[in-house]
Amino acid sequence: MSMGAALSSSRGVHTSRRTHDVPQPSAAGTSAAAAQGPAGQSMDAQEVAKFEAMASEWWDPDGPNGALHTMNPLRTQFARDAICLAHGREARTVQPLRDLSVLDVGCGGGLFSEALARLGADVTGVDTSATAISVAATHAQADPAVASRTHYQNATAEQLQQQGAHFDAVVASEVIEHVSNVPEFCASLVALTRPGGSIVVSTINRTNRSYAVAIVGAEQIMGLLPKGTHQWERFITPEELQEHIERAGAERIGDSGMVMNPFTGHWTFSADKAVNYIMSFRKPAEQQRNP
Amino acid sequence: MKGMLPHLSRGQLLCSYGRSLSSAAALDSIYDVAIIGGGMVGSALACALGRSPLTEGLRVLVLDRAPLPEVSTPLGEAPELRVSTLTPASVRLFSEAGAWDDMAPPRSAPFQHMQVWDFGGNGFVRYSAATAGLPVMGYVAENRVIQAALGKRLKQRTDFVDFMSPAVLQSLTLPAYAPDIQAGVQSNTLAEVGLESGQTIKARLVVGADGARSRTRQLADLRTFSWSYHQRGIVATVRTERPNDTAWQRFLGTGPLALLPVRDGYSNVVWSTSVAEAARLEALTPQEFALNVNQALQGGSMPARNPMLPRASSEDFAPPPTVFAAEGAKTQQSFPLALLGSGRYVRPRLALIGDAAHVVHPLAGQGVNLGFADVQQLVDALAHAVETGRDIGELGLLQDMYESPRQQENASMMTALDGLKRVFEPQDGLLASLRGLGLDMINGSSVMKRQIMKYAMGIA
Ligand SMILES: Cc1cc2nc3c(=O)[nH]c(=O)nc-3n(C[C@H](O)[C@H](O)[C@H](O)COP(=O)(O)OP(=O)(O)OC[C@H]3O[C@@H](n4cnc5c(N)ncnc54)[C@H](O)[C@@H]3O)c2cc1C
Repeated sequence: MSMGAALSSSRGVHTSRRTHDVPQPSAAGTSAAAAQGPAGQSMDAQEVAKFEAMASEWWDPDGPNGALHTMNPLRTQFARDAICLAHGREARTVQPLRDLSVLDVGCGGGLFSEALARLGADVTGVDTSATAISVAATHAQADPAVASRTHYQNATAEQLQQQGAHFDAVVASEVIEHVSNVPEFCASLVALTRPGGSIVVSTINRTNRSYAVAIVGAEQIMGLLPKGTHQWERFITPEELQEHIERAGAERIGDSGMVMNPFTGHWTFSADKAVNYIMSFRKPAEQQRNP
Repeated sequence: MKGMLPHLSRGQLLCSYGRSLSSAAALDSIYDVAIIGGGMVGSALACALGRSPLTEGLRVLVLDRAPLPEVSTPLGEAPELRVSTLTPASVRLFSEAGAWDDMAPPRSAPFQHMQVWDFGGNGFVRYSAATAGLPVMGYVAENRVIQAALGKRLKQRTDFVDFMSPAVLQSLTLPAYAPDIQAGVQSNTLAEVGLESGQTIKARLVVGADGARSRTRQLADLRTFSWSYHQRGIVATVRTERPNDTAWQRFLGTGPLALLPVRDGYSNVVWSTSVAEAARLEALTPQEFALNVNQALQGGSMPARNPMLPRASSEDFAPPPTVFAAEGAKTQQSFPLALLGSGRYVRPRLALIGDAAHVVHPLAGQGVNLGFADVQQLVDALAHAVETGRDIGELGLLQDMYESPRQQENASMMTALDGLKRVFEPQDGLLASLRGLGLDMINGSSVMKRQIMKYAMGIA
């Protein structure tokens, strides 16, 4: 897909809410999933529309996704360490994820996918927004090293699951809070992970503080995120997340809060999980016997 | 590890995880880091990148219009005129990069003391390594020795670095700068370096290490600020009456004169002065020139101790040695002095280092050390990028982890050196005595002295 096409399609998203229920063949996506219907769709129609409004600005570090840009190195480190732990690799090396397959669910414009690809992983990024997928594919294209290790598809986790796809690791960052059926979504994440593989989820906690920070602060006062980006009631606590994933058959390995310094925009790991947090899980290897 | 493999297999290795043939072929002609200019600073960057297990996986190119010097001046022969003072921080960088052994004494000279005083006898500062609990304050090495040591080390690392010379930079295309949608979506676009030969090279990061008149800086459209001191520096190789273990610096009415020990018992003079005076000094015979140096070092008044300061905390003033013309040395030469800074050091996929980013007065011997500190910072930034999956040419990374810390540091050094020079210019009256008092206070206060010293030594 050409740059022009990617951009013009993303400009049209305000008025079009069709993409979420008719997954379109994406720029890089050659998968059968793209052609399938919306079965297993867990993304909510309105949620999709909201995100599409942002899609074209995914790669502007000063744009509405600026916070994701600054958070990206931190979540990448967390995922790198979790995946390396599960696969017995040395994390602080050149391309520690080389030759591992990683699924990035809700990849958006591909920020996280590209970082994981630079660490050597073979990344599949899926998103229910066709626009985001074309932005991601367009962006990856310019650097052959990134292009060769990223594959984007306009699909849902559930659709991939139906195809029987499996990955060495599955990540879902800043997406579960937009999902309508959380237990089902979590079950897909686990089902898509190979036995012995890891799952990394990051999201926003449901606390008074997260209400203040994410809704009042980021959306209404600072204008960091467009209004209506998040619905606080949908936020998930670490306990709930752990419960959903463990019920689906993976065990929690570790977690951490992630805190942004509002003055420098710099993110650090923290024991404070009241707002942003990230959690890793491992799917036990013995499940191999009864798939 | 990739860095351990012979050079030829690298392309194949890169191909092995490429998805399609065409992207694998494209990968092969792309460098991670293309360094324009293999001077002391550019070569040091290439060496230092090869030192860390994280960055030695990068594919590095060094290109220069001239071949990399590989041969040092032979020991025993008179040293080259152009020398650099290496701070302990720079020495550490070279040690870690495996290049120090070929620069270490006897190829360079250590010094244990530094003494600064002025022509009016208004005060002095004397620093000793022992005060900071260190064996040496620094080393003086010929630029050619530094270059040769770095060049030799790089030739041993052809597994990870390629050279191209003669290669002259002619054009540079960087990804769009404005943070608009278009630029964002294109931020993966690689930089393209065009050479005079017509060849083009793609890179994820272009590093401009092409010196004070950096073509890279010009092509990237980066603005500079600069002013001339209306002065010239004269360099000469001399002999001293007794072995020299001190970096001497005296502020004369016309500018500072430094006498630095170099290898084999030689010393180097760096004398900054007015254009007219420089022309006169340059025309002298080496013997006459030595006589002028002695007058400048020994003449005027020598500082008296300040009775207000406690004796125990200050080091005594030491008289400088008498110098002689050195047989077999090149005659003294002069060069123009200027201050220059680039407003920005980075752009998407571009970083400037060394003199390409900043040129300071050679006063404190900091010029090239600022460049080596740039190298250290950039290597750290790139190692962080490799570790966290960031694009090594990403503007945000270069800004936060390279430019901003270096610009603060370099700016304060530039103002300090410029300020120091200006303060020392007038020789008479109130200002001079105030200055004299200031110098004495520094000499007396060990805390302040240690701070200044550590700063100058690059370990603060
Ligand atoms: C006389 C003199 C005395 C000095 N004394 C001291 C001192 O005592 N202590 C100190 O610390 N500093 C001193 N300095 C400063 C010091 O020499 C510089 O800081 C240092 O040389 C800078 O190194 P660099 O690698 O950044 O640039 P350079 O040494 O200028 O190297 C630039 C390289 O880029 C190459 N190049 C340039 N343009 C192109 C192009 N278009 N295409 C391809 N290649 C290109 C050149 O061939 C060269 O190899 C002195 C400087 C002078 C002039």
